[in-house]
Amino acid sequence: LAPWVPVVGLEIHAQISSNSKLFSGSQVQFAAPPNSLVSFFDASLPGTLPVLNRRCVEAAVMTGLALNCSINKKSLFDRKHYFYADLPAGYQITQQRVPIAVNGSLSYSLCIDNKMSQMVTKTVRIKQIQLEQDSGKSLHDDTRSQTLVDLNRAGVGLMEVVMEPDMCCGEEAAAAVRELQLILQTLGSSQAVMAEGQLRVDANVSVHHPGEPYGVRTEVKNINSIRFLAKAVDYEIQRQIEELENGGTILNETRAFDSKLGCTVPMRDKEGKQDYRFMPEPNLPPLILYDAKSLPANMNHQQVINIDWIHERLPDLPSVKREKLVEQYGILPEHSFTLLNEDGLAEFFESVVKQTQMKPKKVIGWILKDLLSYLKQHSLTVKESPVSSFLLADLLNLLEKKEISSTAAKQVLAELWKGEGKTPLEIVKEQKLELLQDQKELEQICQAVIDGQENEVIMMVLG
Amino acid sequence: QKVSVEVLEHLEHLALVDFRDSEGVQRLQKAIQFADQLHEVNTDGVEPMDSVLEDRWCLYLREDDVTEGSCTKELLENAREKVEEYFVAPPGNIPLPKLEERETFLQGS
Repeated sequence: LAPWVPVVGLEIHAQISSNSKLFSGSQVQFAAPPNSLVSFFDASLPGTLPVLNRRCVEAAVMTGLALNCSINKKSLFDRKHYFYADLPAGYQITQQRVPIAVNGSLSYSLCIDNKMSQMVTKTVRIKQIQLEQDSGKSLHDDTRSQTLVDLNRAGVGLMEVVMEPDMCCGEEAAAAVRELQLILQTLGSSQAVMAEGQLRVDANVSVHHPGEPYGVRTEVKNINSIRFLAKAVDYEIQRQIEELENGGTILNETRAFDSKLGCTVPMRDKEGKQDYRFMPEPNLPPLILYDAKSLPANMNHQQVINIDWIHERLPDLPSVKREKLVEQYGILPEHSFTLLNEDGLAEFFESVVKQTQMKPKKVIGWILKDLLSYLKQHSLTVKESPVSSFLLADLLNLLEKKEISSTAAKQVLAELWKGEGKTPLEIVKEQKLELLQDQKELEQICQAVIDGQENEVIMMVLG
Repeated sequence: QKVSVEVLEHLEHLALVDFRDSEGVQRLQKAIQFADQLHEVNTDGVEPMDSVLEDRWCLYLREDDVTEGSCTKELLENAREKVEEYFVAPPGNIPLPKLEERETFLQGS
């Protein structure tokens, strides 16, 4: 049987972290009373016009730069038409002809065979990043055969990041999205929390035989977590392979991922190919961005976005942070991945290292094995840890000065975990865990043990 | 050049318009002919213009402040039906009835 080559591309919508919406001054907020964060423009009332939010443009430029894109100094807005109750205007303002950023790349890492010690770096090309409006939310009430519409989300700024079909499986897709999520959170351009709909991923999946043209692709939607993304992609790849091997064909359709059943199903309301009738948005002139060279002399400062100024102020991206951690502390690359993967863990580690004489290479074990596993067992975030970096450092100092054994240290940590406010030293004294340092006292104890076990000693000496 | 039935059906589906009878279809065809006059101009090598402003004036940028919203009551005044501050809509897009099922329909296209 000829091998199958799966091809996976992603379209990711990241909600821009801003106070107000992309083209109007209503507030951006996750949970609020229905239709309370809606302006006349968002409700598409006649006579209203879009006014572009500067912060949203800056967020898109930052993201484009972080993903190694070329920033288009002139980009355009278009209307994408379709009818749906949560799109009151009947069209979405997007950037179809000339988006704000193009031709970038994202590097991400994978563990081979689930072994963290063998990591491989992969790259996925970023086709483009475009600014566009989010739609409102529809709540389907099947019992009364109606849809309830809340426009709070309508008009919120989105960055659509299009990843080329350079990935081949669920694991790669998940790793790429995870890295993008970390980058967005580091930049602050999006909080990218999937559970709150701030990061939405659609996967395009197809399979073909090597050397043959690409197969028909399906689009998979309704993926609500990174874990489900991997499952959905892998399921769809398998489904397509089985279908084709049984002599069937793949329809170019949109499918939804059902997380309960772990499979993809065709979506209703998406029959036939859509024709979006793209047209230039007549109410918005081209968006012009500047750099140090092209900066106009006498323009209002507030009206100018300088790409170079933004570039200079980009924070360290996750990949750079990891390199710095490895270089500065002598930890392994896979350690740096775990540190950055857990919100606040890297800062916690660095804080402990500052407060203890123990070498970072030894501290990392306590952070990744003892601390992290406690947190995971109790479903706590680093910020919620009852053991502060100060307490842990205190404990590790006792261990480093050989005042306690490492077994005792683990016991103390278990006690500290209860969060009763005792210091490590207090616990050590309470439970009498001090290591004996006095040579004479040690000899006496050993002698007492030997004296008490005379027969065993004779047996040992005789061999 | 006549507009084919397939294109007509497609247009009606997209725009939720019912051309209804041959007069409506003819009006459509005349409108297309009128617009087709644009093709008489040779635009080879000319970039389409999307704004008379061209590069002279960049788009106005607004500061990221919350200045609107909190007008639920006013907005819902426009709604024929509402449920607890939500707008009410049919369960999905209501598709146009198929050509065969429509009363007035162009004959002999």
